[in-house]
Amino acid sequence: MAEIVFKWIVFFIASILSIFSSVMMVTRKNPVHSALWLVVTFISLAVLYFLLNATFIAISQVIVYAGAIMMLFLFVIMLIHLEKGPEEIGKMTVSRIFAVVLTVLLFVEILVGVYFYRAWTVKPEPMPFGDPKTVGKLLYTKYLFPFEIASVLLLVGIIGAVVLAKRRKM
Amino acid sequence: MMDDLSLVMPEVVLCGFGLLLLLIEAFLGEKSKSLLGILTLIAASSALFFVLRLSRLNGEAFFGLYSLDPLASLIKGLILVILVLITVASIRYVERENAIAGEYYPLLIFSTLGMMIMVSTTNLLTIFIGVELMSISVYVLCGMFRENVRSAEASLKYFLLGAFASAFLVYGISLLYGSTGSLDIRAYSEAISAGNYSSVLMLGVALITVGFAFKIALVPFHMWTPDVYEGAPTSVTAFMAAGVKTAAFVTFLRIFYTAFLPVIKDWGGVLWLIAVITMSYANLTALVQENIKRMLAYSSIAHAGYILVAFVTGERSLSSSIIYYLFAYAFMNIGAFTCVMLMERKGEENLDIDSYAGLSGKHPLLSLCLSIFLLSLTGVPPLAGFMAKFYVFSTAIKAGYVWLAIIGVLNSVVAAYYYLRVIMYMYFKEPVKEIGEIDLSSPYFLVVFICIFFLLYLGIFPRDLTLLAEGAVSVFF
Repeated sequence: MAEIVFKWIVFFIASILSIFSSVMMVTRKNPVHSALWLVVTFISLAVLYFLLNATFIAISQVIVYAGAIMMLFLFVIMLIHLEKGPEEIGKMTVSRIFAVVLTVLLFVEILVGVYFYRAWTVKPEPMPFGDPKTVGKLLYTKYLFPFEIASVLLLVGIIGAVVLAKRRKM
Repeated sequence: MMDDLSLVMPEVVLCGFGLLLLLIEAFLGEKSKSLLGILTLIAASSALFFVLRLSRLNGEAFFGLYSLDPLASLIKGLILVILVLITVASIRYVERENAIAGEYYPLLIFSTLGMMIMVSTTNLLTIFIGVELMSISVYVLCGMFRENVRSAEASLKYFLLGAFASAFLVYGISLLYGSTGSLDIRAYSEAISAGNYSSVLMLGVALITVGFAFKIALVPFHMWTPDVYEGAPTSVTAFMAAGVKTAAFVTFLRIFYTAFLPVIKDWGGVLWLIAVITMSYANLTALVQENIKRMLAYSSIAHAGYILVAFVTGERSLSSSIIYYLFAYAFMNIGAFTCVMLMERKGEENLDIDSYAGLSGKHPLLSLCLSIFLLSLTGVPPLAGFMAKFYVFSTAIKAGYVWLAIIGVLNSVVAAYYYLRVIMYMYFKEPVKEIGEIDLSSPYFLVVFICIFFLLYLGIFPRDLTLLAEGAVSVFF
């Protein structure tokens, strides 16, 4: 009983935090602040994944999205000096109207999806599904061959980065 | 497990040599340039040795994620021969252009490794990883040489568009997985025969087609080709034109002819249109090119269109013509690009067609060789280019695609204009400008002579290769 109550509390905190931080993210004027609120969204989503027993996805969410992808976002923002933010606010350009329509459409789509798939009845997956142990086992048995090739692929990526960076100095 | 390893020996050897080469450069430094080239040759030939030794085997390894069959062995052999030719041609080229040899050769090897992996599997996961390994190595190779803006532009352009194409490919793969629950392409034909014509599956087929059409450079997914072929170092351009295209085409062929043959009649219309647009657009655009690398780039797009003519028919027994074409195409292109490498000098001079004017007076042998390659690209007997076109178009006619064959033949007539124009410049025009000294060292000519030998051999005795190719495509039955 105590465990269920605890899970409910965690769920409410995480889901309210994720909604709050995503609202904060789209309303901030400073892109760097937006990006930082996005990190909070990602991490609270990761907590939700944990509650669904999708441990591996939760961990990748933190490492890949909150870690690597966010670094890229911040990097690009700093690189092209977006910190000041856009100047004209409140102007109705075509792209903005399009964006609003698209957002509303996507939101409606999510609501429809939630209704038709009865999202409130979703139960956590049974434990062995999607935990790091199962994924790791698959990687080192059935998918060993592509996994090894992927390591060569990563090596080539590193070599490529070094080569293209080294070229400038010559 | 031991058996699994013995089946992947060619790949293991190649990968090991690639890693070794990286270390050698780190310890020996700049002195090791020609040593690296020679080691690459050793790597390629020992991998070729293992491919030949395993060529009679049929087998699967690593839980079905790797499979060896006659098609895989034949194409791996071709890819390794391409690697050998490109390496020999690169030995002097790398020195002349003062490139970073330490990474150049390993990247060539890793790219070849990616090609070998993608052609010898029936699992889409392995195919995708192989495609990526090949592509990422080639992106880097494109931007490798010199402080050259064009080279950097080529690399970036290829990388951005290529990443986009990979996204299409992996999206298609995920849709196929979602609709059938399997990543093995043999499962798809069963699913389709069992009546799974779901729109998710068809969308997956469409996205995979887009992904491969980009790698093969079919119109309208060809936009990157002229810029990248022009900007990349010429040896890499030859490698892309011959190797990347062969591997991508064979993988595309394997996926379509194993998995989607039941739907090829529905897809035929789309592929038919792509073939016609590709041939016509590329040939018409090539007519007005003044840069020889751009011209050859458009010509390579056109050749992909000719191959697609046989592809569209969906005749498994006749698909050996595609394999034959890929062999002829690889040797013609490597030969032609090697001649271009001979002509150009540091700093990308002598790339416009004007500098070929009157070449026969000064360098009769070089002009003769280049003429042979251009004639083969045109499709003049007794060279392999003729037999290749003959097989492809007769496949189309046998399968009832007469109009497609007619459009193809008309296109090759148009193409004759821009190929013969270069020959006309070389033999019947006075030199327009001073082209300077040409480095006529033996490695280049070795490559050129090997290519000419193969073109003549395949052209005069096409039967040997046709039999091999027929054996190879028997994997589709």
